[in-house]
Amino acid sequence: MIQRYDAVIIGAGGAGLMAALQFPPTAKIAVISKLYPTRSHTGTAQGGIGAALGNMEEDHWEWHMFDTVKGSDYLADQDAVEILCREAIETVYDLEHWGLPFSRTPEGKIAQRPFGGHTREYGKAPVKRSCYAADRTGHMILQTCYQQCIKNQVHFYNEYQVLDVLVGKGRCAGVVAMCLATGELHTFHAKAVIFASGGCGKFYRVTSNAHSLTGDGMWVAFRRGIPLEDMEFFQFHPTGIYKMGILLSEAARGEGGILRNKDGERFMQRYAPTLLDLAPRDMVSRAMYQEIREGRGIDGRNYLHLDLTHLGEEVLDKKLPDITEFVRTYLGVEPKTQLIPIQPTAHYAMGGIPTDLDGRVILDEKNTPIAGLYAAGEVACVSVHGANRLGTNSLVDILVFGRRSGRHAAEFIKENDWAPLADNPDSYARELVARAREGSGKERAADIRDNLQDEMMEKASVFRDARGLTAMREKLGELQERYLNVKVEDKGDRYNTELLEVLELGGMLDLAEVLVESALTRQESRGAHFREDFPKRDDTQWLKHTLAYAGPRGVEFRYKPVTITRFMPQERKY
Amino acid sequence: MQVTLRIKRFNPEKDKEPWWGEYKVEAEPTDRLLDALNHVKWYIDGSLTYRRSCAHGICGSDAMQINGKNALACKVLLKNLGQTVTVEPLRAFRVIKDLLVDMEVFFEKYRQVKPYLITHSPQPEKERLQSPEDRERYDDTTKCILCAACTTSCPSFWPNPDYVGPAAIVNAHRFIFDSRDEGTEDRLRILGAADGVWRCRTIFNCVEACPRDINVTRAIGEVKKALLYRKV
Repeated sequence: MIQRYDAVIIGAGGAGLMAALQFPPTAKIAVISKLYPTRSHTGTAQGGIGAALGNMEEDHWEWHMFDTVKGSDYLADQDAVEILCREAIETVYDLEHWGLPFSRTPEGKIAQRPFGGHTREYGKAPVKRSCYAADRTGHMILQTCYQQCIKNQVHFYNEYQVLDVLVGKGRCAGVVAMCLATGELHTFHAKAVIFASGGCGKFYRVTSNAHSLTGDGMWVAFRRGIPLEDMEFFQFHPTGIYKMGILLSEAARGEGGILRNKDGERFMQRYAPTLLDLAPRDMVSRAMYQEIREGRGIDGRNYLHLDLTHLGEEVLDKKLPDITEFVRTYLGVEPKTQLIPIQPTAHYAMGGIPTDLDGRVILDEKNTPIAGLYAAGEVACVSVHGANRLGTNSLVDILVFGRRSGRHAAEFIKENDWAPLADNPDSYARELVARAREGSGKERAADIRDNLQDEMMEKASVFRDARGLTAMREKLGELQERYLNVKVEDKGDRYNTELLEVLELGGMLDLAEVLVESALTRQESRGAHFREDFPKRDDTQWLKHTLAYAGPRGVEFRYKPVTITRFMPQERKY
Repeated sequence: MQVTLRIKRFNPEKDKEPWWGEYKVEAEPTDRLLDALNHVKWYIDGSLTYRRSCAHGICGSDAMQINGKNALACKVLLKNLGQTVTVEPLRAFRVIKDLLVDMEVFFEKYRQVKPYLITHSPQPEKERLQSPEDRERYDDTTKCILCAACTTSCPSFWPNPDYVGPAAIVNAHRFIFDSRDEGTEDRLRILGAADGVWRCRTIFNCVEACPRDINVTRAIGEVKKALLYRKV
């Protein structure tokens, strides 16, 4: 079945919805999402959106820009970061104008709190930059953007899974997606396609990510020859609930929470004397892994404590109500009086589909765009986060670049026609589905996925080395082989979620390979990518972005220069 | 511990009627019911179908009847459920497959109450001011995750699917009591109609069902008062 639209947007989180709101009523657009929009993972973001409003203390976007660049370990493209930090301010005001229920100061202004890595005066001390709505900021953003889409009568295709993107001769012609309700493949012939499909944390065992986050936009693009940028940089958030990975916002530390080892010591004193527990996430996670390695985990095991006991009832009830509830529900722990077991959790993909400043997908280090193809949000890599992302910057990223890509696409569709569709445009997607249904059945998808998640956690997470990564490369080869023998037992067409999970698994295996190969190639440590065999940052050889391509003999690499405008790379100390 | 799940299965492509599937699962007492469902799907019967995403009570995908009460499968721990757990889809929505129900009707009702900020006065350059007290006034109803646990637990909704339902009223309340909103008249008109708030018989099932602990009945009561006294 073929449908024609001016533009389609893949994903209904903050980036996708924001992009959808940029089109005039005369444009025929649709948002395609594998979930109902309000189920998107944007809704689980907690701590806040970073913008230099200066409502509670002096602040400037230039300070925010410096913090972001330094936080990225100098890998972020500074022209993109400038846009991020400048446009953050008007973005937050827009959200408020749309009704977002921010928490307020006594004067009635949007309330702001400190957050990891955000400072005043270029690193002097923490600054209150995170604009928040209790610890439900993401929920409010998602709801508010969706409400605006209802007001604007945006058309949604809910529970459609994208399986292929149609690109050729430097142009995009649309996407192919499976309607989960019927099992039918739909070809969406469009002048512009915007990918806003989120991250890929599900290839790790302990992750904050939803079950649905299997990197769909990334593997769909990668399989069609589009490169993936900086995939080796995957952030582990310091405070996930032990074993479950459920996120406890950095806001807890922003409000004064402290990390402690088995001796009750505030160990961050030794690793980041100025910012302590509000040092950037990659540094805190490494510190935690180090403490655990050296035997100072609780009971000698692989977790530590988050101490909120000194914050007081008022703060916990009013500013951190959701995470207080998570801790009570899932751990049976009372945060007012007890210490909370936490460990680093796989959280955020700094890498993704490379784009320029307007969200146009680019093919190479010269920023050659593919006409009509865009990406925004976690699926994309502009790069604003470089080697490590600061907290609160993802909510800014998705909205600023969701808006920019939507605006550019809205202009593009006015001036351009549809690219021609090949005959049988859905043939690749049909093939994918057929293979999944007709496997030998000797392997079970869940076993392969379990193996993938456990091994990635062990060999390609916070600490990496050549030995572990090479072993992971071999393991992935084995898992790819075994995957060919998976068979979908559910023979039905309607809501065949078993088939969906098998297709997602195939994609995750591809992405894991890109991450591992990228990590093996980058022989230095920077931001979230830490090589025990190459523990120093090496700007001479490695101040550049990785571009990974699907080649005939595996992953192939090219490199892209980093755009540096205001801040020369320095040693990264806090 | 070993837990037996009795799950109401129904695949209209194969089954004439729903049937009960029984599955024994080895699990930790601190596992979520969702973890047990995943175990059944991943290791025993891949055709078991349900919605889920965030797995920690925020996205609202996995509302279902668990031992006869509406709850989110990812927020209920096995240790609180007993040796045998009965799992069924939400009541009063058409069952599409197993635990997956038709949510279109639910979202249609949500859209009916104009769930977006309505303002006529000009926008300030920066934020509209709102005092902490004004912000507190509607805090409870901002928490709604549209999971449908309340609406499908409501005995007034079961026989009368035209009732706009608790969730829609909660989301209208969120705007009616937001000091910045200027669409009160519009919304009160919609909610004052026959299938609006007056269907509520103050039964309180919604309050029990809500996984976000929203005091739904109180919110509905406040809207009723606003309708009666035209004061917000």
